[in-house]
This record gives sequence, C-alpha cells and structure tokens, in this order.
Amino acid sequence: MSEPRLLSIEGLSAVSDRDNGAPILRDVSLAVAPGEIHGLVGESGAGKSTIARAILGMTPRTVRITQGAIILGNTELLSLDARQLRRLLGAEVALIPQDPLTALNPSRRIEAQMTDGLRMWKGHSAKSARERALTLLDEVQMREPERVMRCYPHELSGGMRQRVLIAAAFALEPKLVIADEPTTALDVTVQKQILKLIRAMQARHKTGAIFVTHDLGVVAQICDRVTLLYQGKVMEHGLTADLLLKPRHAYTKALVRATPRYDRPVDGLIPVPDAVIAACRAEIAGFDGATHG
Amino acid sequence: MPKPFSRTRGRPRFPALIRLLQNPKLGLGGGFVLLLVIIAVFAPAIAPHDPLEQDLMASALPPFWLAGADPAHLLGTDDLGRDVLSRLIFGSRVALTVAVVAGVAAGTVGSLLGLLAGYFDGWTDIAVSRLIEIWMAFPAVLLSILIVAILGSGVGTVIVAIAIIDWTRFARVIRADTMANAQADYVVAARTLGFGRWTILFREILPNVMPGLIALLAMEMGIAVVIEAILSFVGLSVSSDTPTWGSMIASGRQIIYQAWWVFAAPLAAVFATVLAFNQLGDGLRRALDPVMRR
Repeated sequence: MSEPRLLSIEGLSAVSDRDNGAPILRDVSLAVAPGEIHGLVGESGAGKSTIARAILGMTPRTVRITQGAIILGNTELLSLDARQLRRLLGAEVALIPQDPLTALNPSRRIEAQMTDGLRMWKGHSAKSARERALTLLDEVQMREPERVMRCYPHELSGGMRQRVLIAAAFALEPKLVIADEPTTALDVTVQKQILKLIRAMQARHKTGAIFVTHDLGVVAQICDRVTLLYQGKVMEHGLTADLLLKPRHAYTKALVRATPRYDRPVDGLIPVPDAVIAACRAEIAGFDGATHG
Repeated sequence: MPKPFSRTRGRPRFPALIRLLQNPKLGLGGGFVLLLVIIAVFAPAIAPHDPLEQDLMASALPPFWLAGADPAHLLGTDDLGRDVLSRLIFGSRVALTVAVVAGVAAGTVGSLLGLLAGYFDGWTDIAVSRLIEIWMAFPAVLLSILIVAILGSGVGTVIVAIAIIDWTRFARVIRADTMANAQADYVVAARTLGFGRWTILFREILPNVMPGLIALLAMEMGIAVVIEAILSFVGLSVSSDTPTWGSMIASGRQIIYQAWWVFAAPLAAVFATVLAFNQLGDGLRRALDPVMRR
C-alpha cells in the first residue's frame, strides 16, 4: 500500500529482562494513517500497552526492545536519545492515560495543568494559553469551564477528569494521540460519552490515534482499523468492519463470538475454546522456534 | 441555574478561615506560636524588668500565688534576684530564632537530598540512603556537643549543629513521599508532554510533598527548641548574659529545693512551645493536603 503513513512500526520485538528473556513483543508491524483511529486489541499481557509505551520511549526498565523500528513521520524513534525524543514527542504525540484519577496532579489547579504545554511548546502567554484552554474545555463539552479551571482534580468527577485529560491531549494539536484504555476506569454510562468525544475531537483536529483496549465492543464503536495481538504477536489486522464481520483467524472468530451483545442474549459468557488457545500457543511456539532456530 | 458540582456547591467565601476554625489543632498550636513570636519580638516592651538586673536583697522570691510573693515579680525571682518572667520572655528570643532558622536550614538540606534520592534512583538514592543510615547511627546530643566544641559556642553554631544533625528526618520522609509520587500517572503525563526531569521534580512532585514537608518543619522547630535548651543547659549555647530557657533550667536545678519555680517555669515554657509546634504541624498537614481537606 502506498497510502501516506503517520506512524509505522516495523518488526518490533521486545523481551523481558526478568523472566529469562521471555518474549513480550514478537515481530509486531502496524501502520497508522493520518486521521485514522487504529485499535490495538488483546487480552492482558498481549503487549498492547508495551507498544504504546515504546512509541513514547517509556518502556519499563525490565522490558528490552531487541529489534524493529518505530517511524513517526520521517524519524525513527528508537535511535533517538531521551532529549531528542522529548523534543520531538512533546508537541507531536499526546497520551490519554488509563486512569483519570491519578493522571492529574492532585495539588495543581486544572488551569495550571492545561496551560503548561501550551506555554512551553506553543509560546502562549499566560492569558492566551488560558483562553485556548477554555476553548478546549468547551470543545469537550465541559459545563462551566471557567469554574473547572479553578478546581483541583479531586473536586471533579472521573468523567470530568477524563474530559480535562482529553482536552489537554489535543491542546498542542498533536499528530498522534495514544489512548491507553481511556474508558476502562470509568463508569459504563460515562464510557460511551467519552468514546464519542474522543472520536469527535480526533475528527475535528484530524489527528491520528492509537486506541489501546481489550474490548471489541469499544473497537466497533471507535476504530477504523484494528490490530489484534495475542502474547505479543499480531494474530490478525485489518479494517474494523472486515475483522469483526469476516474474521479469518480462529482466535479472532472466538473473540468475536465471546463478546457479549445486546441483540444476542446468552446464558453467561462464552469462553474462548481451549482448542483455539492451544492453537494460538502452538502458533507462537512455532514462531519462537523459527526465530531462534 | 443547576449546579453540576455537588462537592463545590456553596464553596465558602473564606475557605482558609473556615478550615482554620474547623481545625482546633491548627488554631491552638498556631495561636500559641503566634503569641510566642509577638512576645519575642516585643520582649523589651512586654517584660516588666530588665532580665539581667540583679537584686540580691530580693532573691528566690516565690511566684504570686505563694505566701511571701512580691507583686512586682509575678513568677518570682531566681537566686540572684532576677525576675523569672522577664527572663522567660527574653529567653523566647533565642528559642524562636534557633527554632525557625535551624528548622528551615535542616528542612532545606534534608528535603533537597530526599527529593533527589526519591526521584533519581540508582546511585543517587544509594548514596543518600547510606548517608542517612550512617548519620542516624550517631548519638544526636553528643554529636551536637562535639560540633559546638569544634565551632565554638553561640547561636549561629547551635543552628548549624541542629541543621547538621536533623536533616535526616526530612530526607527520609521526603524521599519516601517523592518515590510514591514519581510512580503516579501524572508524572508519566508530564513526561509525555516533554517536561525535563528537574521541571517534573520541582513543579509536579514538590507541591505534592509540600504538605508533609511543612508539617515536618513545624515539628522540627519544636525539636530545635529542645536541642537548644539542652545545649544551653550544658552551657554550650549563647554567652551567659543572654537569658535562655536552657540556662534558666540549669541555674534553677541548683536551687530546686529552695526555689523550684525557677526550674519549673522555663521547663513549662519549653513543654508548651514544643507541644504547640507539634499541634501546628499536625494541623497544617491536614489543612494543606488537597486530598485530605475535601
């Protein structure tokens, strides 16, 4: 494909420094086009958050990237040192964190936290940064933005905090937003609003996004394209509709079947069949054997 | 118009004042400390007598509620006939000066090292932590006597001695607090925004360890009062023509059977001051913490 790429990850592999070099990522490749939302889906430990952290250059110390490349625009990120990476990422890549309860500094007012980046990267004065922050709060449909600006984080609800974080993430007009399970810590009723909001903000600002989640229902609502991971290996990738409606891989089929749906009530949850898990494990063992042998 | 915020509804007009009144520790401790500061600053105007004026004809007079008291000497006189109340009032000057300056000095050094050790793990943490452990193995009072013996006596030396001894209190607590905060998601968020390590340390983390730091500072001031009293007691603080609570305790001890009040009055002053600083510290911690004060 020759469509323009915002971010591409090529053959990324990582191992754990703790568990005898156990592989965490196995030759992961994916591409994000400008303005599209790319879902990273998988169960716990599938490596989706590791990929998000790797883009930001913030993998934990116990994770060592062994090969591969992460290319943002025309720059390969893994070869940059911390200072260069910071300068490049600060204004171009933003993070919407998982837990809005801890992602805001408890002892600083919302205004200070929202204007930090604007003043540092965009050369705003205190006054113009404040105006920009108010506009952004308005864009995320925050009621009484003036008042919210004066609040400390503990004075806001979880959903309001997540709105603040979304507004802050889009403040610098980044090219790429990484959303790390942004709705997991929220009430189900708030989840849907937040998803719509991310979608709306992303469309308005024409931002590319990586959306990390374990929920195929969320993927169906928000993602254009999906990469499905199992134990750090890409099992299937493609357009959301194709992947969900015409899954090719047995694991994808089983996951799609396991996702609860309103129009298809069942007694209890359908687990992914043991045979499918066994097949996935065998596939990964085969992959490891081939790369080590 | 409906208000969507339940927690901030009816936000009081003077939140700081309301909080103060809701918090008796802060009010009582802070009130006493404030009173002490006023007394120390205006000591010459408040004290009924010259604290150094001797009157051997009126020595060892009892305080006002005992028989044989002189109403001119409310808390009686010592063995040289000096007015105990006036000496107490002037003694608060040395006590408070040492408390504030030594407290701030120990707090600055200790918190700085604690912040560094807590944020830059690796060899910085190892170096500071081992230093704290070695430091705490020294007996504090003996170490302070040694420092005074080397540097010579005087208020400045006492302050240096207290700062050298007590920075570890701050370093230990602030280090742990910093480590806990450095793990928080808001630090990750600040890093993705591209803030440098020093900016994150001083702008993001420091405000969150500040409530603990201020509380410790108030308590450290109480401890400094005690250490100054101990050093005065053994004659290693200021020269003997400046009244201090410690030197009053020392001279009162010699005539405790004839005139116990000369011993008891400065002891009570030290006790009340330390208690007030501790209550103030605890009250401040509760009032300043944005999470605890909801």
